[in-house]
Amino acid sequence: MRSGARLDPMGTFGAALVVSFVVIALFAPWIAPFDPVALNVTKKFASPSWTHWAGTDQLGRDTLSRLIFGTRTALGISLSSVGMAGAIGLVLGLIAGYGPRWLDGALILVFDALSSLPMVMFALAVITVLGPGTTTLIIVIVLVSFPGYGRLIRAQCLTLQGADFIQAERVMGASHPRILFRHLLPNAVGPLIIVLSMDVPVVIMLEAGLSFLNLGVRPPTPSWGNMLNDGYNALRQSPVLVIAAGVPLVLTTLGFTFLGEGLRDLLDPRLKGRLPR
Amino acid sequence: MLQALRVRSANWKQVPRGARATGKLGPLMLIYTVKRIGLAAVILFIVMLAMYAMVFLVPGDPASVALGPRATPALKAALVERMGLDQPIFVQIWRFFANAATGNLGYDVWSNRPVTELILQSFPSTLFLGAVSMSWALVCGIALGCLSVVMRDTWADRALGILSVSFISVPSFVIAIYSLLIFSVWLGWLPAIGAGHPGDFPSQIKAVILPAFAIGITWVGYLARLVRASMLEVMEAPHIRTARAFGLSESKIVLTYALRIAIVPTVAIVAVGFGSILSSAVFVEAVFSRPGIGTLMTTAVAKRNFPVVMGTVLFMTAFYLFAVTAADLLIARLDPRVRDAFRG
Repeated sequence: MRSGARLDPMGTFGAALVVSFVVIALFAPWIAPFDPVALNVTKKFASPSWTHWAGTDQLGRDTLSRLIFGTRTALGISLSSVGMAGAIGLVLGLIAGYGPRWLDGALILVFDALSSLPMVMFALAVITVLGPGTTTLIIVIVLVSFPGYGRLIRAQCLTLQGADFIQAERVMGASHPRILFRHLLPNAVGPLIIVLSMDVPVVIMLEAGLSFLNLGVRPPTPSWGNMLNDGYNALRQSPVLVIAAGVPLVLTTLGFTFLGEGLRDLLDPRLKGRLPR
Repeated sequence: MLQALRVRSANWKQVPRGARATGKLGPLMLIYTVKRIGLAAVILFIVMLAMYAMVFLVPGDPASVALGPRATPALKAALVERMGLDQPIFVQIWRFFANAATGNLGYDVWSNRPVTELILQSFPSTLFLGAVSMSWALVCGIALGCLSVVMRDTWADRALGILSVSFISVPSFVIAIYSLLIFSVWLGWLPAIGAGHPGDFPSQIKAVILPAFAIGITWVGYLARLVRASMLEVMEAPHIRTARAFGLSESKIVLTYALRIAIVPTVAIVAVGFGSILSSAVFVEAVFSRPGIGTLMTTAVAKRNFPVVMGTVLFMTAFYLFAVTAADLLIARLDPRVRDAFRG
């Protein structure tokens, strides 16, 4: 990394958005003005007012409070599942890139088979088997994401193994664990982190999309996708609900994307041009 | 002079002589083709096996899950027999593959209609939606990419860059809901639900505008960036410098000489992009209540209708693999470096 290198303005903007959402998620109980699941049927579909800034939903629950708690759901699911997928991809990628050739071949086949399934189709297939819910969602995200990370780490390993410093270590009789953990791992992790941060918005979208279809987070847990669905069903009565539910979704995906792009330009411009999933 | 420039622009990548000149691609291309198709076949086989294994992973037996808690034992027994779940596992797997090979993907648990029939009924609508989305995205994306290059390093280029990233990152189903709210509910310009009347083409076009807008916009951003990046690379090529030295205008250079080459990776990516478009279609079809593969899938998942879900996933995977393999072969045909790399 260049000394004194800084994020570009859009990257900084993205970072600011991400940090604000993380703060909102962490301090949700203190920030939210109301209990996100408290019903108040006398006040259903209330318009925005000084008490309910973003109005209320079909059960009279405060929309703003639900959005604030929805941040927890969105970030909790996406960060934990992307993290897990990253860890699995890292381990399998190292095995594929450093282990015996037959194992490499087998793992590549698994990676390719899993990533040749259109993501949402695969997610729907897993949900059919396991039933909708937060755990299923995390399993789905891990399953669709880790092959990409595995491939990335494997490619990094193969490139690094040809590098002079690794060859030198080997000639000097370095053990396998030493090469793996002291050299390959630290060098391969950088690109992985960038790709992970760029995948967070994809995962947030998937979570919200599946919850929108009633196949993700189960109600009454507040989730942006569930709220979009509530708002969609009341589109003509109370458009505020659907508009409000879309805003944080758009802002987080924008924030993570700008941050990821900024990080990439800063740390590893070679990753440019990765395909969207 | 222009003719000479054109010839040079086609050859600037220094393609080895012989291969392209004679039109014969030789054994390398054949080996690559066989390997690539073989790989696709193996992947499809694994996916089929995984799909089938999933039925056995279901907590509880598949028949009760599919029929729900109120099913009578007689109903369950009938379903078990129809799905062949009472046979030994190897017989079941063999049957599944043999049937799939002949185009029989099983029967809908509820309506008892063949899954293949359901898929073929809904696929054209999704394909139409995907094609319209991709077409407008290609036109606008390439145009915006060219515009960026012509105006590179100005505020307009930077604004287009930010716009492209925003297009890429905003979820398509949110765009779908917002555009539905604005153009159908508030303004009443376009239909809110359905795919138009069968046989009435204008109504079908009207119904496809908003969904295709929502799906395509991501790709406008993506293609704009891709075209810009690959065009900037091409702009360094010798023939472009020559063209510039001859005093041709920047827009003429971009449109006539650079775009021809810069567009190759773009066209190749369209096939892969179809997979992501099909994924967006699942959500967008739900928003606009459009009949199609997405709607077929989501209703089947909600009812845990295994044969329909398995059949649809299998069909879509096969379709996607076919598209990607065809695109890979096309790229190899255009770029000899790809098939050379595959030799090792």
